Amino acid sequence: MLRRPSSRLFTIWIIALVAMTASFVDAWRLARTNDAAIERTAELVEQLRLTDPVLFTEARYTRHPTQADLHSAFQSHPLALEHFPSGTLIPPTIRGAYERLD
Amino acid sequence: MNDWIERQRHLLDFTLTSLARRKTKNIGLLVVFTLLVFVLASVSLYTQALRSEAVRVLEQSPEIVVQRLVAGRHDLIPPDYLVGIGRLRGVRSIETRLWGYYYDPVLKANYTLMVPRTRTIEQGEIVVGPALEHTRGLGTNTGISLRAYSGELHTFLVTDVLPHETELMSADLVLMNEDDFRRFFNFPDGHYTDIVLSVANPREVRNIGLKLMEMLPDARPILREEVLRTYNSIYAWREGLLLALLSASILAFGILAWEKSTGLSADERREIGILKAIGWETGDVIRMKFWEGFVIAFSAFLFGYVLAYVHVFYLRFFLFEPVLKGWAVLYPRFALTPQIDAMQLITLFIFTVVPYVAAVLVPIWRAATTDPDTVMRS
Repeated sequence: MLRRPSSRLFTIWIIALVAMTASFVDAWRLARTNDAAIERTAELVEQLRLTDPVLFTEARYTRHPTQADLHSAFQSHPLALEHFPSGTLIPPTIRGAYERLD
Repeated sequence: MNDWIERQRHLLDFTLTSLARRKTKNIGLLVVFTLLVFVLASVSLYTQALRSEAVRVLEQSPEIVVQRLVAGRHDLIPPDYLVGIGRLRGVRSIETRLWGYYYDPVLKANYTLMVPRTRTIEQGEIVVGPALEHTRGLGTNTGISLRAYSGELHTFLVTDVLPHETELMSADLVLMNEDDFRRFFNFPDGHYTDIVLSVANPREVRNIGLKLMEMLPDARPILREEVLRTYNSIYAWREGLLLALLSASILAFGILAWEKSTGLSADERREIGILKAIGWETGDVIRMKFWEGFVIAFSAFLFGYVLAYVHVFYLRFFLFEPVLKGWAVLYPRFALTPQIDAMQLITLFIFTVVPYVAAVLVPIWRAATTDPDTVMRS
């Protein structure tokens, strides 16, 4: 049966589709497994009144982007260019986020 | 129906044999296409998972954080602030936060020092985040000396490490006693880093923020919805940035695919001419070429997606990790929870498979509709 090239292709596609379906099942399994961990993290956030994930620790405005002064990236001197690599991953001023209150 | 399926299978068989004749070129194309899908799917899966996890966790963050600004910079909250805010209607509770940054010259990293309100920590003791355990080697019952800004050396005993599963939010935390914190930073009594408010009616949060700004013009209220919006926009920005960096490779692939499909090789032209001369209909030639494009694009889509899933959720996104880490010494080790939705996959399919198949079909249609003799002679 596998002598036909199309049969061989279908076999490969079926294996890849099974792997893809397995990824959905795995995603569902991981979501259930990690649920308790996420709940625990959420509890910690509530208890310690945390506001930011620890994604970038090199400067205060990258460690706590929501708490930093709006222009702290440029406070080294008036024409300072933002120089931390993660600064390229965080918008300097998040337009819209503070539109009403600031 | 069976006839139709059998006809398509014969066309597919013919297509695969034809692809096998140009093996190196087509395998190269499949590898490049798979890599492209892999990169796009990796970015999309990672960002989606991180965004949904951060947003879900941050839904428990404070409703309002009140900071004080002096000359445009974050300053300490003086005691009289609390009295004023306490008089605001609609505020259910007021809590103060004591936290700050400490630069550890040994590790060349910043820690976040904090006084917890819901946990008692004795003087001289600290509780550390998991990243400090694996980066600085601080386990339970180990000691650490930190030099305060006054130059004085303070020694602390680690009594606990925060749970590893909370690392995304707690990696660099050092929890300590309030007296230790004030002594360590020479923090004036009665002053705090900021204030956290909870509001009785969630719909009143914005109004309370506005009232706060009227009452205390130097205050900067940060609402939970702003925190969530900030993180949504940061991840959108990051995804956009990675995609912008990748746009050069996407463009290069576009040019490759376009070149391959528009500039039909002499062999391909001759093949079409011969097929038509021996009696193939224009429709059959187009169908055969459709299968050719679809075999490569769909295979690349399946392989690229599966590889991306393994890369993001089992190999911890290691190929792109340096970009995300930046210069940070302390970086959390966290396992992301996949968030795959149908729309994400459909978008990936539409942006990768469909344009390629279309780019293959257009020139073939042109060649297949011309006279076989002209095609072979050209």
